[in-house]
Amino acid sequence: MSELKGWREIPIGGVVPLSSLEYRTGDWKVFRPVIDEEKCVKCGNCWMFCPDSAIEWDGEGVPKPNYEYCKGCGVCAEECPVKAIKMVR
Amino acid sequence: MAVNVRELAKKMAQDPGITSGHRLCAGCGPAIVMRHLMMARRKPTVVVNATGCVEVATTIFPYTAWKVPWIHNAFENAAATASGVVAARNKLVRSERFADDPDVEMDYDVIVVGGDGGTYDIGLQSISGAFERGDKFMYVLYDNEAYMNTGIQRSGGTPFGAWTTTTPVGRKIKGKLAPKKPIVDIFVAHKIPYAATVSPAFWVDEIQKFRKGLENMPSFIHAFGVCPRGWRVAENETIEVAKLAVETCVHPLYEVVEGEYRLTSVSKAIARNPSKKKPVSEYIKYQGRFKHLLKPENEKLLNELQRQIDERWNELLKKAGEY
Repeated sequence: MSELKGWREIPIGGVVPLSSLEYRTGDWKVFRPVIDEEKCVKCGNCWMFCPDSAIEWDGEGVPKPNYEYCKGCGVCAEECPVKAIKMVR
Repeated sequence: MAVNVRELAKKMAQDPGITSGHRLCAGCGPAIVMRHLMMARRKPTVVVNATGCVEVATTIFPYTAWKVPWIHNAFENAAATASGVVAARNKLVRSERFADDPDVEMDYDVIVVGGDGGTYDIGLQSISGAFERGDKFMYVLYDNEAYMNTGIQRSGGTPFGAWTTTTPVGRKIKGKLAPKKPIVDIFVAHKIPYAATVSPAFWVDEIQKFRKGLENMPSFIHAFGVCPRGWRVAENETIEVAKLAVETCVHPLYEVVEGEYRLTSVSKAIARNPSKKKPVSEYIKYQGRFKHLLKPENEKLLNELQRQIDERWNELLKKAGEY
């Protein structure tokens, strides 16, 4: 049997090297959310409830959906208090 | 902690904690809980993840959605791994090994994230052990009420009467026979300083409780994670169902500070005004896994589910001194 290695010699286990931002989940969707800028009251509900962080919002302007990652679940359209979001095919 | 959505948006734009591109299902409830958890961070954070939906789907090799240091070990030892992280940190601080190194941050929070399988069933002993030792971390349970990532098998968190692939609806036996395990009470019995239940639909309450949990470690947070896939719920109704779970008292919102129960948010309002409490049928009509309960011949089962929920709610009211 070969000599046992100490913790300094063994390689670091299971490091995940890439960011998931390189994996586009946007092609999962059937419907995409479109925000009506006139109706939007900038409450941030869509941003708060998006499971995929796919709504970009700086805290001030109208939020912008990122179709590269949006999976089209429609939670944002459902939770919008003024119904400013439409799901479009 | 005052919660301001605009400030949170600015914070998350700079330091998201968890990013897009993870492969949790469309409309996933736990994904929303994870984002809210990242919003509640107060300093550098290490996330320890038990095996479960979140672990499997956020870190499919070679990609990771986490922007914070993250460690995964197994179903049964997530809390023990966190104990190790805390112990290693304490040792390095005591030995002053990195005291002069400005690149090494020694002041950080440890958060453990586990699903209901890793908490109710498989990981229970390691959490119990860690709380008994008083290791300083916060345990967040995202409860989607079955083993969802392996194909909807029942767990200790599955409610009475629910369909899963291992508790099918047949002619004699319809869904799960046992009630849900009272998980918060189990950990309150460990005399931890802080325990709470949260729902992503009531995010102000949720983020405040996450922050309180970080300030009073060791702590336990039971988050409600709607699973559209496993519960047979429409993807866009995730938040709606999470809201109804609180309004029907299926998942009441409360916190336990040093053993003292206190209702919060909507649950407090329902305790003060019982007419606001909705019947459980309102909650289950959205869910395919409870479809059989709404048939006239299964009225008995529906009444039994309502009875169990009322019983637990009344118990909670007594504990919280609202009765």
